[in-house]
Amino acid sequence: MPETRTSDKTNDKISVTDLNAYYGNAHVLKNITVSFPGNAVSAVIGPSGCGKSTFIRTLNRMNDTIPGFRVSGQVTIDGEDIYAPGTDVVSLRKRVGMVFQRPNPFPMSIFDNVAYGPRLHGIRKRRELADIVEKSLQAAGLWDEVKDRLSYSALGLSGGQQQRLCIARCLAVEPEIILMDEPASALDPSATARLEDLIDSLKSWYTIIIVTHNMQQAARVSDLTAFFLNGELVEFGPTQRIFTRPSDRRTEDYITGRFG
Amino acid sequence: MGAERHRRLMRFWDAVATVVLWLSALVLLFILAWFITSVLRQGLPGLSWQFITGKPHPVSAGGGIGPPLFNTFYVTLLSLILALPFGMGAGIYLALYARPGRRVDALRLGVQALASVPSIVLGLFGMVVFSQAMGFGFSILSGSLALAILNLPLIVNVTEQSLRDLPATYRDASLALGATPHQTLVRVLLPAALPALVNGLTLAAGRAAGETAVLVYTAGVSTSGHLFDLNPFAPGGTLAVYLWGIKANPIVPDWQQIANRSAAVLLLVVLAINGLLLGPVRLWYRRFSGRGPH
Ligand SMILES: Nc1ncnc2c1ncn2[C@@H]1O[C@H](COP(=O)(O)OP(=O)(O)OP(=O)(O)O)[C@@H](O)[C@H]1O
Ligand SMILES: [Mg+2]
Repeated sequence: MPETRTSDKTNDKISVTDLNAYYGNAHVLKNITVSFPGNAVSAVIGPSGCGKSTFIRTLNRMNDTIPGFRVSGQVTIDGEDIYAPGTDVVSLRKRVGMVFQRPNPFPMSIFDNVAYGPRLHGIRKRRELADIVEKSLQAAGLWDEVKDRLSYSALGLSGGQQQRLCIARCLAVEPEIILMDEPASALDPSATARLEDLIDSLKSWYTIIIVTHNMQQAARVSDLTAFFLNGELVEFGPTQRIFTRPSDRRTEDYITGRFG
Repeated sequence: MGAERHRRLMRFWDAVATVVLWLSALVLLFILAWFITSVLRQGLPGLSWQFITGKPHPVSAGGGIGPPLFNTFYVTLLSLILALPFGMGAGIYLALYARPGRRVDALRLGVQALASVPSIVLGLFGMVVFSQAMGFGFSILSGSLALAILNLPLIVNVTEQSLRDLPATYRDASLALGATPHQTLVRVLLPAALPALVNGLTLAAGRAAGETAVLVYTAGVSTSGHLFDLNPFAPGGTLAVYLWGIKANPIVPDWQQIANRSAAVLLLVVLAINGLLLGPVRLWYRRFSGRGPH
């Protein structure tokens, strides 16, 4: 059964147990228990407001900055509880990179955008930085388009290029996990296709979790799919099976477009 | 048909609004140009190096404005140095770190209250506290302290607003790369906000250079009389105060010429301060933000 892959503890990169999340009194994630394997792409789907963004932001603790936000339960990465007291959030976020819904390059040159993370983490030598910048842009499939204009502002790039730049910026700190929150929603179809190819090429080295509104996109890029509804995890399994033989009625309704 | 009429009406009002806005911008520019040329036309002729660097004469004609001009720069700079750490600190705190609550409300209320205090009241306060109680006398230091208080709310507001105007995504992007809040502030937010920040700070500097009410009772109306007196306890009469003084109390026979020339110099000083602050910042920002279109 393909099912065994997800419960194979030795390959689990991220394990979530009984996770609950609240914004003030609003209970937005309810008893989520799920495990994501390493070196695979997992998609998170579900209707607007069901908690997808909140969920992936609990994986790099980006919700911590929101006043009134609380979590209970456990999230472990490589067996380490990331909410344990004394956890270093900075090194967590180094390991767990994030790509946002709208491309959000800094108002700096292309080079400085990619070099931002490495510089934060202490790399100073120009040669070394140049090396990292080139490798990251190569991996993000952007190098050929920008290699002659690294000193130009990143804000002059197209939306699709900006999003690949943000991925390069994220890769430059050598994360193990990359979280993507609807990374293609602000892109046109051809830029989206390039991004999907990129995600496919990254998965041999990274564990990727991608939130998407787009069923076809989930089907194309992911190995596993999690379906969320009203803050609950309804179903999780191999994408193929979720899309062909969902075991829950609500999943079926959603992917066939009957609601959401 | 109703929709068509509505659209035509909208287009009409759109055109009207455009014309009105253009006209008001034009009027504004006209007033500014008129003001600048009339001040310069009356003040520039007869403006000499000797006048700019010379000492004021107490009763006879032919005096210069060297010491008060120097004091203008000195007091402006010192007041900014005194006010910037607190003003920017509070602005940064309000924009980025403060969680809504009573402490923030109190801080905000305090800042807005301070902003609405008339400058003459601040001048009297400065006299009582800095000149008398603390014993600084009518000096450059007393004047700078009072000016710093005058400018504090402006600096707080400008700092807070310039940071709030940045896209929230900069902060998220930086934190998600493993930056601490402090690194995010220093490496992304402050640099990105700098042009707006400095624009606001030139306002504060210009106000400091041209202020009189706060300074008359704190920095005093006289100067030590010799040039480049760096002693902060020296009498701190600035050019604006001097200008006000000779107009209010015309003793020297050529007071009218001195006043005209001083006004021209004061205007040039304010423009120079703007240029000196903005020029380097523009250059620096262009390096920070990368070449090409933004
Ligand atoms: N900062 C916040 N403060 C309070 N409530 C919030 C906040 N962010 C999200 N919520 C609420 O939490 C719930 C889940 O939001 P979340 O953004 O995680 O949903 P989502 O599945 O990502 O939606 P979308 O598909 O529209 O992006 C929603 O009801 C939302 O209104
Ligand atoms: Mg979302």
